[in-house]
Amino acid sequence: MKRYLFLLLIIAGSCKFSDNYTPTRIEGTQLEITPAIKANDSIEMFIQPYKLNIDREMEQVLAYLPYNLTKADGELNTAIGNLMADALMELSNPIFENRTGDKIDIVLLNFGGIRSSIPKGDITTRTAFQVMPFENEVVVATLKGEAVREMIHYLIDSGNAHPVAGIELQLEKDNSIRKVLIQGEPLQDNRTYNIATNDYLLQGGDNMVFFSRAQKVINLDYKIRNLLIDYFKQEDTLTPVRDQRFIRVN
Amino acid sequence: MERRTFIKRTAAAGAFAGLGSLGLVSFAPERALKHITILHTNDVHSHIEPFEPDHAQYPGMGGVARRYTLVQQIRQENPHTLLLDAGDIFQGTPYFNFYGGELEFKLMSKMGYDAATIGNHDFDNGIDGLLAQMPHAEFPFINANYNFENTVLDGQIKPYQIFVRDGIRIGVFGLGIELEGLVGKKLYKETKYLDPIDITQEIVKQLKEEEKCHLVICLSHLGYEYKSDKISDVRLAGATKDIDLIIGGHTHTFLPEPSVVLNSIGKEVLVNQVGWAGVNLGRIDFYLDTSGKKDSRGATIIV
Repeated sequence: MKRYLFLLLIIAGSCKFSDNYTPTRIEGTQLEITPAIKANDSIEMFIQPYKLNIDREMEQVLAYLPYNLTKADGELNTAIGNLMADALMELSNPIFENRTGDKIDIVLLNFGGIRSSIPKGDITTRTAFQVMPFENEVVVATLKGEAVREMIHYLIDSGNAHPVAGIELQLEKDNSIRKVLIQGEPLQDNRTYNIATNDYLLQGGDNMVFFSRAQKVINLDYKIRNLLIDYFKQEDTLTPVRDQRFIRVN
Repeated sequence: MERRTFIKRTAAAGAFAGLGSLGLVSFAPERALKHITILHTNDVHSHIEPFEPDHAQYPGMGGVARRYTLVQQIRQENPHTLLLDAGDIFQGTPYFNFYGGELEFKLMSKMGYDAATIGNHDFDNGIDGLLAQMPHAEFPFINANYNFENTVLDGQIKPYQIFVRDGIRIGVFGLGIELEGLVGKKLYKETKYLDPIDITQEIVKQLKEEEKCHLVICLSHLGYEYKSDKISDVRLAGATKDIDLIIGGHTHTFLPEPSVVLNSIGKEVLVNQVGWAGVNLGRIDFYLDTSGKKDSRGATIIV
C-alpha cells in the first residue's frame, strides 16, 4: 500500500495527468500447447473420473461385425451406407407411424455424412460416435411426386453413393433411368411421399434443394447417432451388403 | 523453447522502442510502465484431453491440464493477467455429449478464466442447455449484440465487464455471430441478433467516456474474415475506433501472428485468433505509460 501511494505521488508529480495511461508498446505471440509442457496434476485428477466413465461407456460392446465396412465398396451404393439407411428406416418408422398414422416411403442421407469406416470386430458406442459425430436428428419431409423426381435426378447427377432405402433406382450406362420403384411401386407425380432424412440435409445441405419443396416436415427428436446405438444394440451380428437398390447396369 | 522466443522478441522490441524511450526520458523520467498480459483461447470445442499422439494434424497437441501449467507460469511472471475465451466452448468430443458442457465450465473455472463470449455451438443443447450449465461457470459470459430479453438467458449475460489490473481499467465486451441459418431456431429460440458495428460504436463510447477504460478488448465470435461482405473481425476493426484488441473465433483461423488492421481513424488494432481445439494459447502483452508519446498510428506493435 505504501509503495502504491509513493508511486502515485511520483506520477502525480510528473507533468502529465496521472490517470492518462495509454499503450506504448504491444507484443503478440502464440504459445503452442505441446507434449513437452507438463500437465497440471490437479486438473488431470479432476478430469479422471469423467474420463473413466466415458471410456467405460464408449467401450461397451453393442454388436459384432464379421468384415470391414469401407465407403469404397460400391459406386452408387455401399454396405455401410445401406446399413445406415436401413437402420433409419427400421427405427424411425414406428415413431413416425405413431405420430402421424402414416409410413416413411424413402430414406435419404448423404455420402459425406458417413464420417468413418468401420473395422471388423466389436461394435461399440465409440463406433457410433466415429461414424456419426454430429448432433443431427431424424426429420421426415413430405414431398409431392414431382419433387421426388427432382430428388432422383439429384441422385443421378451427383453420382455419389448417397445412402437410400425404400427406393430402387437402376440406371442405363448413359445414366438414363431403366427402373425406378418406391416401396415396390412406380413413382406417381400426383401423390405425396414421406422422406426420412436429417435436419442438415433438410435445410439444403449438400445442395439438396428439393427439400425446400416439402409440404410438411416432422422432427422425430431422435439423434441419428442415438438411432445407430439403438440399432447396434438390437442386432447381434451386423451383415450389411451392397445390393441392387441404386446401380448402373452394365 | 517458447520462453526463449519470447525473450528474443522482447529484446528486439526494446531496441526498436529505444528511440522513443530516449525522447521520453528528458520529459518524464519517473513515468511508471504498466504491464498487462491477455491470454486467450477460442473454439476449444470440448477438447479437454490432448489429441492422440498419432493424430494426422495435431499429434499430441493441446489438453487443458497442460494449458493450465502454461497459464500459471505466465501469471507468476506477470500477476496482472487476464484469461479470456472467444466462444464455441461446447461440442466436439464425447465430453460434451455425456456431460453437456459441465466439465468444460468447471475446468475453465478452476483455471481462473476471467470471461468468455458465446459461440454458435454453445447453443447446441439449446438455450436451456446453456443456462443449465451456467452454475458451473465461475466467470461471466459477455455478449452485447444478442438480445436475450424473451429467453431464459435474460439477465444472465453482460454486454461488457470492466477488469482493473494494476490500476489499469480494461473493458471487455462480447460479440456473437448471426444465428439464423447457422443454428436451429428451436435451439436459440427468441434470441435476437443485433448489428455488431452499431452496438460496438455504442459500447466502446461508453467504455471510453463513462467507464474511463485504458484498454478496450472485443471478445468476438464473428469469424476472422470472409470473402463476402459478411461482418468479420477484420471488418469490425476497420469500421470502428478505440478498440485495442479483437480476440476472435468461429473460423478456426490459425494466424502466423496477430494481424494489425487500421481502424476508422487510421489507428492500429490487433486482431488475433489461435486456431481451435486448444492447440494454442494466444498471448498479448500491453505496456502502458502516461507519456502520451506514440506515433500517429498508436502504440508500437511487435508481433
